[in-house]
Amino acid sequence: MNQLLRKHSLEVEKILAKYPPDQKRAVVMPLLHLVQQEDGFISRERMQEIAEIAGITTTEVASVVGFYTLFHDAPGARIKIQVCTDVACDLRGAREYLNGLCSQLGINPGETTEDGLVSIEEVKCLAACDHAPMFQAHIGDALEYHENQTVERTLDWLKSMIASMKSPASAVEKKTTDDGGSHE
Amino acid sequence: MSDLFLLRHRTIAGLNQLSIYLENGGFKTWKKAVTAQKPEDLINEVKASGLRGRGGAGFPTGVKWSFLPNNIWPHYVVANSDESEPGTFKDREILEYNPYQFLEGLMLASYAVQAKDAYIYFRGEFWQIARRFDERIAELTASGYLGDHLFGTDYSLRIHTHLGAGAYICGEETALLESIEGRLGQPRLRPPFPAVEGLFGLPTVINNVETLTNLPVIIGEGAARFRSVGTEKSPGTKIFSLSGRVKKPGNYELPLGTTFRELIFTHGEGIINDAKIKAIMPAGASSALIPATDVALDTPMDYESVPALGGQLGSASVIILDETVNISDLVKDTVHFFKHESCGKCTPCREGTYWMSCIIDRIVSGKSKKEDIDLLLTVARNMQNKCFCALGEFSTTAVVSAIDKFRADFEARLES
Repeated sequence: MNQLLRKHSLEVEKILAKYPPDQKRAVVMPLLHLVQQEDGFISRERMQEIAEIAGITTTEVASVVGFYTLFHDAPGARIKIQVCTDVACDLRGAREYLNGLCSQLGINPGETTEDGLVSIEEVKCLAACDHAPMFQAHIGDALEYHENQTVERTLDWLKSMIASMKSPASAVEKKTTDDGGSHE
Repeated sequence: MSDLFLLRHRTIAGLNQLSIYLENGGFKTWKKAVTAQKPEDLINEVKASGLRGRGGAGFPTGVKWSFLPNNIWPHYVVANSDESEPGTFKDREILEYNPYQFLEGLMLASYAVQAKDAYIYFRGEFWQIARRFDERIAELTASGYLGDHLFGTDYSLRIHTHLGAGAYICGEETALLESIEGRLGQPRLRPPFPAVEGLFGLPTVINNVETLTNLPVIIGEGAARFRSVGTEKSPGTKIFSLSGRVKKPGNYELPLGTTFRELIFTHGEGIINDAKIKAIMPAGASSALIPATDVALDTPMDYESVPALGGQLGSASVIILDETVNISDLVKDTVHFFKHESCGKCTPCREGTYWMSCIIDRIVSGKSKKEDIDLLLTVARNMQNKCFCALGEFSTTAVVSAIDKFRADFEARLES
């Protein structure tokens, strides 16, 4: 029995209804997002279940996972930090910020802290060039933007996030944080 | 900024709430179109307005719509919300703060080509924005602005969101279609063009978010009102995303034809630390580097004038470089970006971006001899006109123009 279908039959039906009945393959990406939101990554078993629903092979699903940067086939850190170091951000100090943050955490870009809590990755344009330095954080099923950052501000935020994760009573808050300026 | 067509939320608080959008005349144009206008009335008005695609290509929107054959059905409309060009952050502001005007534009475009299903393709990073749109679409369906037999007519329309997952190439319209269909985001051979064989092999219009957001103005207030701003060949306003070494980066909605000088020094308040401006990239990472001479600064930003400087207006993501920037560092950034985002389909782009990144890394690290500069230029020139899609071509633009105009910056990095 297809676990994904059994557990999320309503959600899967809603996704199927978005596309013409003879174009079932189109459900691959929405289903991958659904799985990743729940599990934090996409396992081989889940790929197989998605393949069944979409009417394609598991290999074809795996190739989609491999192509797109935001899909992960292995569990990562609890807090994944992605710092944009593209042209416009670089011109506003993003690289110095990234290096500072990494050295404070004792890791290099692309690495995870020893306790498995935090990873830092360098990424390209997140459409927030006017509020650099900035990063995007993946925490559980949430994805947040943090703009106008300094190393100190990010470390403070990380401390409070880690504290809230360690205390089982308080759930992780899910919201977009515009720590500094706003669009208005 | 008296003539705001797009960033109207800056003068009307709470415009991203349906009640406030409705209070300000929202969806009146939509209701009138569906109940009292023919699809061709809309197409003709948009043609008369001279609106040109705001995603980068600048192709006349009304003409694009009229390419859809009327003997093949159904038709689809796809909104390109994959905003990913480095230096571009205009669509994100519309989607967050003026979402209903964009939706009304998408609905008008759908009616104009009689599409009954429309898709919004969001880049994966806009995950939260996409969730809000699912709620907004449900809200509009519940209020009778979307759904079956709208306002008692025969016309029905449904809007669906589709989330990408981190691939710049999906902003290319045929790669975007592949991605909706559940495939790798790799571009298709053209022809056939999407207008004839697009989404699911059927006639499809693909328009950028900013393009669509103009439609309620054009159809609601008329082509003449739209043409009252901008230039003869580039009418209307444009959102310029200003970033880089300026004091006040941000989105500025200004008439097309505004000069670079006004954008950078009046709106952007000049260069950080009042340093000397060095170069302008008018179209994000895909731009040519334009030396910031007086002639360049006094050039109007429109679809005709920027090419005369050897650049493109593109999506008008204007990145400013000052004298503190060594252009070879900047080229390293752009080359690495395109290397990462190359989809791997065609050899010139896949291999070319790889080799350019190896050479520029060597130059920037100070381990190069003079020949490396010419080698980099040769690789870039050999890629030109040979890549499958524009991504490969764009990866060479900054390289070639930088070596042409700022060779000294590269030479300063050579092994002594």
